[in-house]
Amino acid sequence: MSLLELHGVEARYGPVKALHGVSLQVGDGELVAVLGANGAGKTTTLRAISGTVRRSGEVVFAGRKLSRRPEATARAGIAHVPEGRGTFSELSVWENLRLGGYARRGKVRQEAQRVFDFFPQLERRRDQQAGTLSGGEQQMLALGRALMARPKLLLLDEPSLGLAPLVVKVIFAALERMKTSEGMSVLVVEQNAILALAHATRAYVLEVGNVVVEGTSDELRANESVRRSYLGY
Amino acid sequence: MVLGAFTWTEFAQQVAAGIREGAIYAGLALAIVIIYRSTRVINFAQGEMATFTTFIAWSLMNHGLSFWTAFPIVLAIAFTGGVAIERIVIRPVENAPVLTIVIITLGLALLLNGLMSVIWGGASRQFNGPFSTRTIDVGSVPISVQDIGIVVVSVGLVVLLAVFFRFTKLGLALRAAAVNPESSRLVGIRVGWMLALGWGIAAVLGAVAGMMIAPVVFLDPNMMQTILLYAFAAAVLGGLDSPLGAVVGGILLGVTITLLGRYVAFIGSTLKLPAALMLILVLLLVRPGGLFGRVAVKRV
Repeated sequence: MSLLELHGVEARYGPVKALHGVSLQVGDGELVAVLGANGAGKTTTLRAISGTVRRSGEVVFAGRKLSRRPEATARAGIAHVPEGRGTFSELSVWENLRLGGYARRGKVRQEAQRVFDFFPQLERRRDQQAGTLSGGEQQMLALGRALMARPKLLLLDEPSLGLAPLVVKVIFAALERMKTSEGMSVLVVEQNAILALAHATRAYVLEVGNVVVEGTSDELRANESVRRSYLGY
Repeated sequence: MVLGAFTWTEFAQQVAAGIREGAIYAGLALAIVIIYRSTRVINFAQGEMATFTTFIAWSLMNHGLSFWTAFPIVLAIAFTGGVAIERIVIRPVENAPVLTIVIITLGLALLLNGLMSVIWGGASRQFNGPFSTRTIDVGSVPISVQDIGIVVVSVGLVVLLAVFFRFTKLGLALRAAAVNPESSRLVGIRVGWMLALGWGIAAVLGAVAGMMIAPVVFLDPNMMQTILLYAFAAAVLGGLDSPLGAVVGGILLGVTITLLGRYVAFIGSTLKLPAALMLILVLLLVRPGGLFGRVAVKRV
């Protein structure tokens, strides 16, 4: 059975419907990518899961119906790194990490050490205001913040956006390690389809709020229309 | 103009009196800032809330309780009342435009003011404070025990709050909910309750300010109205977004207007408020964000 299952999930912003019945699954310890053009509903899919946008339809997480309130989904074991990373730019790196572990009882120091093992840069910036970090460091902090909660599922929105290729490599390498060492599942939205397919086991392609193609990364790479529209060769 | 001879002893006394005034403004300004930071709303009912809780203290003491027995009870009532006001009055209009909420706080002020007149009558009442008015020598300057007590209690509360906000998990969550509610929800913080808690803390600050100043100025339903104006001025002076600014702004304002009132003859006690506002206007022309209101650095 899958860790996360969406069945016919719909979401709207005021009168505008952004998702028209999306169904997808994420298995235990699996990294799944969501691809698609701007406005296809990728970000909204993540927000519908974490409850930061109103949704209808069924979302089952770890065998249970998932609440629609973001506080509750966070406590259920879902960490959402939203568009724009969602770090607390006025607060220090350390305070951001403390907040990441807010819903847990674990020892903050110990948990933070885990994050610093993944991203040693963050330890040097411990007392710095998060808003003054470079883009790459902010993305690391966003991931670190999520990691503090020891989530079963990580929802990751455009981790490569605006980052130098080298930094993107570091981020995705860390993601792979988190997946294996923490047994964490990842649902990642990514503009860069080549990058996403290189790391994902499976992927879904969204178009105007519908899933139009799904399959393993290999299948998608072989798909003529996916190749032309998203991979560009 | 007759000023009398200038003596350093008197100057020191005036500064001390200014600090005492300022400590009251600081407490109330901090209450305003705490609510403003989390909701972008200026709470015009802050003064009336404070006076209301002071009346409760007066009633308790009238029933034979000592000040220091009544004190924690009143703080608990203030906290509960603040939380209740947020949940019952503010919550339903949470997503309304700021102006709507501001008008609601104005209405709340009028309502509380009327309620006080109905329950306790409009007359001024003597409020027996916990500190004696006799003076002791600090250095060689005679300062009243009451002034020292007011400053110690007010500043003590501020320090306690600073420790709470900085070092506790709940305090951190309160700050996080104020600066970034969306992300706060994503880490599992119940933002709605944090706002209510903020109102509770603000009400406690007001209650302390009220109980400290009532022995000095007499208690009546309008007791806090001028003081609230000074507190607004102090909050703006410090930068509406900065708790530290509110405290520094309050003390600075208290000292400045006390000295102006004493040593600049044409200002006296009647022109103190306009003079204070004038100074703030000038300062804001130079530093639009207030003394401590800096914009957070952000890199993308």
